[in-house]
Amino acid sequence: MTAFIVRRLIAMVLVLFAVSVLVFLIFNVIPNGNPEDRMAGKQATPLVIEQIKKEWGFDKPLYTQYGKMMQKLFSGQLISQTNRVNVTEEIKRGLPRTLALAIGAALLWFATGVALGLFTAVRAGQWSDRLVTVLAIIGISMPVFWLGALARNYLGYEWGIFPNGGYTEIGEEGLWQWFYHLLLPWIVLATLFIGVYSRVVRSTVLDTINDDYVRTARAKGLAERRVLVRHVLRNSLIPVVTLWGLDFGLVLGGGAILTETVFDLQGVGQYFAESIGRLDVPPVLAVTMYGAFFVVVFNTLVDIVYAALDPRIRLS
Amino acid sequence: MAATDPVTTKLPDVGGVLEEVSAAETPAGTSPWRLATRRLRRNKVALAFGLLFVLLVLSALAAPIWANNVADTGPNKTHLTDTIKLDGKDVNVVEFDGVPIGPQGFKADGKYFLGADGSGRDVMVRLLYGARNSLFIGITASIITVLLAVTLGLLAGYYRKWVDAVISRGLDVLWAFPVLLLGIALGVSLSLGGLNLGFTTVQGNSLWIPTLIIGFVSIVYLARPIRGQVLSLREKEFIEAARAQGASDGRIMFRELLPNMMSTILVFVPILVANAILLEAALSFLGAGVRPPNPSWGTMIADGIKLLVTSPHLTIVPGGMLVLTVLSLNVFGDGVRDALDPRATIKLDQ
Repeated sequence: MTAFIVRRLIAMVLVLFAVSVLVFLIFNVIPNGNPEDRMAGKQATPLVIEQIKKEWGFDKPLYTQYGKMMQKLFSGQLISQTNRVNVTEEIKRGLPRTLALAIGAALLWFATGVALGLFTAVRAGQWSDRLVTVLAIIGISMPVFWLGALARNYLGYEWGIFPNGGYTEIGEEGLWQWFYHLLLPWIVLATLFIGVYSRVVRSTVLDTINDDYVRTARAKGLAERRVLVRHVLRNSLIPVVTLWGLDFGLVLGGGAILTETVFDLQGVGQYFAESIGRLDVPPVLAVTMYGAFFVVVFNTLVDIVYAALDPRIRLS
Repeated sequence: MAATDPVTTKLPDVGGVLEEVSAAETPAGTSPWRLATRRLRRNKVALAFGLLFVLLVLSALAAPIWANNVADTGPNKTHLTDTIKLDGKDVNVVEFDGVPIGPQGFKADGKYFLGADGSGRDVMVRLLYGARNSLFIGITASIITVLLAVTLGLLAGYYRKWVDAVISRGLDVLWAFPVLLLGIALGVSLSLGGLNLGFTTVQGNSLWIPTLIIGFVSIVYLARPIRGQVLSLREKEFIEAARAQGASDGRIMFRELLPNMMSTILVFVPILVANAILLEAALSFLGAGVRPPNPSWGTMIADGIKLLVTSPHLTIVPGGMLVLTVLSLNVFGDGVRDALDPRATIKLDQ
């Protein structure tokens, strides 16, 4: 196990380095024109451009530029070009909201997906297969920002079942208001995944339900519920948990950005979206780098946990 | 993965096909392609959705016909101060409080069929031209993805060793990146600077920027399965035979291996196009894709959400069109997969 962890960690460091080089290339090398012009924004004076050039070392060789960029990114001194606000501070402020959104949605789609998948597997047949297939296809065909905008407008603003967007701190308005404000964003984000997850759970459960050890469990006279939960579900959830870990990372770097923006949750994603709208390079650069780093580290953790749960992985 | 169900439901089908074949007295040599076509033809739901997609593409192609003959305006032409005659009365296209008129149907001879947007632009015209842009990006990006991913997968799987190591590690890095994040980073930096391809320079506001970006970031979906297939196919006897005949590497890759992977590629194409269209919408929504005033479904939704309370049609219409398109591709793609590979191993996923 230690060897596996060491191997995985070395791979992670290499990928992190490669990701940082890729981000550097994307922002400084691949586009046409001078990087200082892009960094400075649309209405910059020649003086500002000159200053940025010096500050970021754009007149130096590429490896110095790369070093300067990493130094700026990880010393927490990156400043937005349009409103001069410290980028790292903004990200720190928004992070709890983004995590609250992503974690809540992930728990919701996991629980619902497993329940629905198990139910349709036990009631295996044409209609239950159709149900999860239709749900899955609808889930992957909807842009989350569109669904979110409509849900907020109708369920929130017009009919008043949910709050009309926004986020409240637990410390200020209490736990219930916090939960109530996040509930609709959670449901919207989870809707995209519930179908796919129930489909996966249904098929893995159908794969294991006829295995010998399940028959043994039944033969021992265990209650059906116990057979399903302790024997069938436990073994069929392993691939689902891995998928879940990977999707969680992707949601943080994807769906959460869009959902947050639509529901005005003021997290990292919305900060990111607003910076994109202003074509403000430093925050876009920072969120891209931090986001990609987070996903890489998180995926490594998922791999390690997976290996701890399932010894067969370590050997391959 | 889930072999149990599809097999039991599909086996009778295959049996039916075989009986049909013998009844038609062509016992030998029914190609897998013909079998697949027959299976697909039997899947009425998939066919209906495939037809729907074709209709959507045709309506996008017909955009200028509607714009010139019915609506009498262009996709980016504003009518902020115009009025139209409704039941003999003059009505402002955009009211003084900024609320545009809603869908009119044929009340004004098809003008503002789906209403106007906040700048007084005809939504129906924009929708059709937006469909052109969104579909162009989705389809062209997928072609780029297929070309690049197949080449990379073939090279990695065929040459193995360091070629494979370089390509596979590169794909690992791309895979580590959330697709949307990578697309946004590229979208922002390229739209600010444009892209120099050596032989030509792509302007920052060109449709080709989101197209190239989406084509590039989607490579990972296809390159890995292709590489895996090449790795197993290259050990087969027919490749050995080709090599014994003195066939060059290029010939083996493109004339021997590639035809054997066509079914994998075909299964992926509708899903790739669907994902590309969704990604375009997300990028344009955030302002890192199609640049305004160019219409696309993503930019139209972004514009519409600002007026959602007073004019919900501006959000519902382009989004509904987008969902319909992506849905039709996904359902049709599911049917294609079932037809080509009844014991499906490729799973529906994002």
